[in-house]
Amino acid sequence: MNFEAVAAVRREVAPGEPARPPKIACRKLDFFYGKFQGLKNIELDIAERQVTAFIGPSGCGKSTLLRTLNRMYSLYPGQRATGEILFNGENILDAGVDLNMLRAKVGMVFQKPTPFPMSIYDNIAFGVSLYENLSQRDMDERVEWALSKAAMWNEAKDKLRQSGMALSGGQQQRLCIARAVAVKPEVLLLDEPTSALDPISTAKIEELITELKADYTIAIVTHNMQQAARVSDFTAYMYLGELVEFGPTDTIFLRPKRKETEDYITGRFG
Amino acid sequence: MNVHTHKQFDTEMEAIRSGVLAMGGLVEAQLRRAIVLLEADDNDAIAQVKIDEKQINQMQISLDQMCTQIIARRQPTAIDLRFVLMISKIVNELERVGDETKKIAYKAAETRTVDRLSHVRRYDVVRTTERAHEMLQLALDTFARLDAGAAAGVIDRDDEIDAAFLAIMRQLISYMMEDPRTITPALEIIFIAKSIERIGDHAKNIAEAVVQVVKGIDVRHASADQIRAEVANESGG
Repeated sequence: MNFEAVAAVRREVAPGEPARPPKIACRKLDFFYGKFQGLKNIELDIAERQVTAFIGPSGCGKSTLLRTLNRMYSLYPGQRATGEILFNGENILDAGVDLNMLRAKVGMVFQKPTPFPMSIYDNIAFGVSLYENLSQRDMDERVEWALSKAAMWNEAKDKLRQSGMALSGGQQQRLCIARAVAVKPEVLLLDEPTSALDPISTAKIEELITELKADYTIAIVTHNMQQAARVSDFTAYMYLGELVEFGPTDTIFLRPKRKETEDYITGRFG
Repeated sequence: MNVHTHKQFDTEMEAIRSGVLAMGGLVEAQLRRAIVLLEADDNDAIAQVKIDEKQINQMQISLDQMCTQIIARRQPTAIDLRFVLMISKIVNELERVGDETKKIAYKAAETRTVDRLSHVRRYDVVRTTERAHEMLQLALDTFARLDAGAAAGVIDRDDEIDAAFLAIMRQLISYMMEDPRTITPALEIIFIAKSIERIGDHAKNIAEAVVQVVKGIDVRHASADQIRAEVANESGG
């Protein structure tokens, strides 16, 4: 079996056909928490409309890397990134970047569901109203669209005015995904989106990731290696702030090139 | 290879590995009995072949169950996944060798009735069966040591056994043309020779499975030289 050929089929690109330019490209990316270096010389291409998973032990830098991709770290003093992160070819580490617009384009969903203490409807409309001035009717449509995208519309349509905090954990997380999707981003960053959820909610989110990939570029950090294997097209294995191996998920899980990767994914780590 | 963080996983992997080696040992012993039966009547040997056959079948089922359990409970990946999948395959190959050996043992008595063919039976068939036995030993040794480099050597031997099979066929066709009374025993010998040839194929499949475990490349249908080149090209493992 030629694994690269299979990977090409999975990417829906014929072997030999030129690959699309990466949606996000990290070049010589270093990241510092004060004096501590959290990321070391990361070189990585995130493919458009594909799912890229980041795996590795705790403290390896995978969440840090995700947080650099929409400059979430800029909220904290003493944290800085050097090198380049090219989003659609433009370096988002440049000083003049509009961070609000960047985060509208590169949305993020966190480990714990973080609904706002407001109604389901307002949870979604709030973010949209920051960027767009929609009529009530258009906003209603947008809310329905976003909830449908997050596979929540049928469950939520009769209780749009109820508090988002009253939903179950899995529903809250899908509400957060709907909220991220509502502003029509190009990239979705998911930081362990299912680690606080039960298996059924997890399966729903995984199914959702597969559906969302038709429209969005997705990067997901997960501690669950089987989850990375199930949902991603590409997998990056990180350790101690370095990108150890990056490649098609089929290759990483069947025949990784680096022994460190194999030890980690086969449970021989530490 | 380092040990798994979860030691019980290692224990389970070792259990299927040693299970295959035990099953291989049994199949080898059975094949040695078949060689004895090709040379002379031996009621004890034929009874033992029957008992071995049952035990080999039982081992196939239990080893397959163990592989299924490991997949269900451990979700193995990379070399672990290849190892479990290949164990399941090797177990099937060994069971088939057991079947072929049983056929050889049962048919051996029927070929001893015609003296004219004793030369073919005694020298060519017995010698080729011994070669198949060596090849099986070598394949199991390749598995025991997970030595992808030795696999090509096993596959070379399959070519020799295939050639020996054709030589036996040609000889027997001459006998059958000269003397029609030899047709029935000659056909029995041809069936035996075919079984030996199949044993060679199964041993070859085992060697190929070892390459897949160690190197992660599928070398089925490749020639021995191609496999040598592939194994040499691949780093790591």
